[in-house]
Amino acid sequence: MNTSDSEEDSYNERSALVQCESPTIPSYNQDHDVSLPQQTDTKRRRPVSSGLDEPGPVERERASTPDGEEEELTLKYGAKHVIMLFIPVTLCMVVVVATIKSVSFYTEKSSQRLIYTPFEEDPNSVGQRLLNSFLNTIVMISVIVFMTIILVVLYKYRCYKVIHGWLILSSLMLLFWFSFMYLGEVFKTYNVAMDYPTLVMIIWNFGVVGMICIHWKGPLRLQQAYLIVISALMALIFIKYLPEWSAWVILGAISIYDLIAVLCPKGPLRMLVETAQERNEPIFPALIYSSAMVWMVGMADSSNPGSADGRRRNEGGARAQEEEESEDDAAHGRRRRYSAEEDLEEDRGVKLGLGDFIFYSVLVGKAAATGGDWNTTLACFVAILIGLCLTLLLLAIFKKALPALPISITFGLVFYFSTDNLVRPFMDSLAAHQYYI
Amino acid sequence: MTVAVFFGCAFIAFGPAFSLFVFTIARDPLRVIILIAGAFFWLLSLLLSSLVWFISIKASNSQDLRLQRDLLIFGVFFSVLLQEVFRFAYYRLLRKATEGLAAISDEDTSAISVRQMAYVAGLGFGIMSGAFSMINVLSDSLGPGTVGIFGDSQYYFITAALMTLALTLLHTFWGVLFFEGCEKSRWWVIAAVVSLHLLVAGLSLLNPLYEGSLPPVYVITLLMGVWAFFSSGGSLHSLSAVCTRRKAEGESS
Repeated sequence: MNTSDSEEDSYNERSALVQCESPTIPSYNQDHDVSLPQQTDTKRRRPVSSGLDEPGPVERERASTPDGEEEELTLKYGAKHVIMLFIPVTLCMVVVVATIKSVSFYTEKSSQRLIYTPFEEDPNSVGQRLLNSFLNTIVMISVIVFMTIILVVLYKYRCYKVIHGWLILSSLMLLFWFSFMYLGEVFKTYNVAMDYPTLVMIIWNFGVVGMICIHWKGPLRLQQAYLIVISALMALIFIKYLPEWSAWVILGAISIYDLIAVLCPKGPLRMLVETAQERNEPIFPALIYSSAMVWMVGMADSSNPGSADGRRRNEGGARAQEEEESEDDAAHGRRRRYSAEEDLEEDRGVKLGLGDFIFYSVLVGKAAATGGDWNTTLACFVAILIGLCLTLLLLAIFKKALPALPISITFGLVFYFSTDNLVRPFMDSLAAHQYYI
Repeated sequence: MTVAVFFGCAFIAFGPAFSLFVFTIARDPLRVIILIAGAFFWLLSLLLSSLVWFISIKASNSQDLRLQRDLLIFGVFFSVLLQEVFRFAYYRLLRKATEGLAAISDEDTSAISVRQMAYVAGLGFGIMSGAFSMINVLSDSLGPGTVGIFGDSQYYFITAALMTLALTLLHTFWGVLFFEGCEKSRWWVIAAVVSLHLLVAGLSLLNPLYEGSLPPVYVITLLMGVWAFFSSGGSLHSLSAVCTRRKAEGESS
């Protein structure tokens, strides 16, 4: 089976963890060409060294008063934002694990492979198998790097139409074709009789609402739900079509790639995030999960929370949920009204790339797929959540885009292999004798 | 081996822990994070103890069943000791975190007290311990089979669930007591917690003689509960205040 190239690349830019406050910083900057990494440290020092007398003291004051409070705020709402990311990551993993355990289609090994993993894994010879999995990984990673570079080049040269077309095509495929396949397999598993007209209706409605929510406007919760669903679908495809050992090596390699791509100065993902921040545009919604309302480009009066609140309330259909959430955010906003910047930070929340969702779910899904052991799945789940927590802690400290994959995937891999090989026999023996530790 | 057994055992084993989570922990994000980190620490201790056990197994004669069983018992006790070591390590980590949070925040106190952290950490340990003991058993109970067909006890599932419940609650109480002991530098409390944990693990070695393991473990659970209640500042007065306040509220409404 051939998945389109858009799949491969688009999940890749999705691997980054971004805090949303940076775009407001340029308003305090005197010079815009200073590169972002220095911002976090010199953000507070810059007003002092700006060289202008009049704004100097004022800005120094502004910089100092929110200083301690900003730190405290960061940590205080750091916990809330960690939970706002825990919940969708958990939901995605739950969907993937539930599907893997019940629908056997995704664990059956087919002879078809993705064109990105051309080398077949021969189960007979360990050395050959290892070599082939490394070669598969190299092919896959080069495809991903290539696609990412194309995307960044397109973005830099403002070929928005091409990028949008590409993203729309890939979400079309996910929302219609993959969900049709998924639904078909679920019906087969539970032996549900279904006719085509009903199915067409369901898939059509699901897909169209999804396209609208993701690419245009929609209630926040619905958009989040759709993003979780498409990440889960993508993860399931990977679990099915990546060969056993290649999948593990690819997971390791992609977290290394994520680290390089986001942190190195010339890394493609970093350039993407920086360019988006320079232009003060949000990164495409189809690539990023946002835990709070996303502010659109050219939104007037971002410093006027009143109108913004009003706009937030009017947007989106489901009034009850929306109002609850916007009331909550608005209440938070009103309590910290001394700076519009703070208000904006509170509302924006934290963003996680969809690629991170996908690879976390691939790891946990593969843990669930191989063997019937639930302990391994649970251990990987906890490890990934702790990795995410640590990453968010680093995000709160460094305040710039960070790769969300390395720590979690490392913990996940370590715990998978150690739980599967060490803890499982131990717990099985204990359970057999009914000893409790 | 039916759905009824599955749900019954699941609710027995995880009901109290789940309700504790929903009512006391789910609302506060910081507590959820401390809970999951506690689970992680328990997992680390299990990993290390399994590693030690695995090495000892591989280094020994796999045909000698008596030796294997003895090594397993050694693994049990070693795991208990390691769990307590990691509980202490988690205590140190939380203390450092509290100091960090308190130093940064406006008020002098941090958002969460050591006692609350003790409770949440204990519950984290308990939930993870219970989950690891019980989940595979639960998933097997959904499938076909006959319990005890080779002459083992028929009460496997229910006793497993009861034991898991006891252990979850015990870990919670031990967490409270342990942290309290560390805070006040009362080393005898810590020693008591460790030895009671060893005792409970030792009692479970009496299985399948369930009369020897379950009732004593529940007695210990009750005692621990009472001790933890008084240690964390509760008193008979506060208990009666809760009852009378509820009665007063009931009358007034």
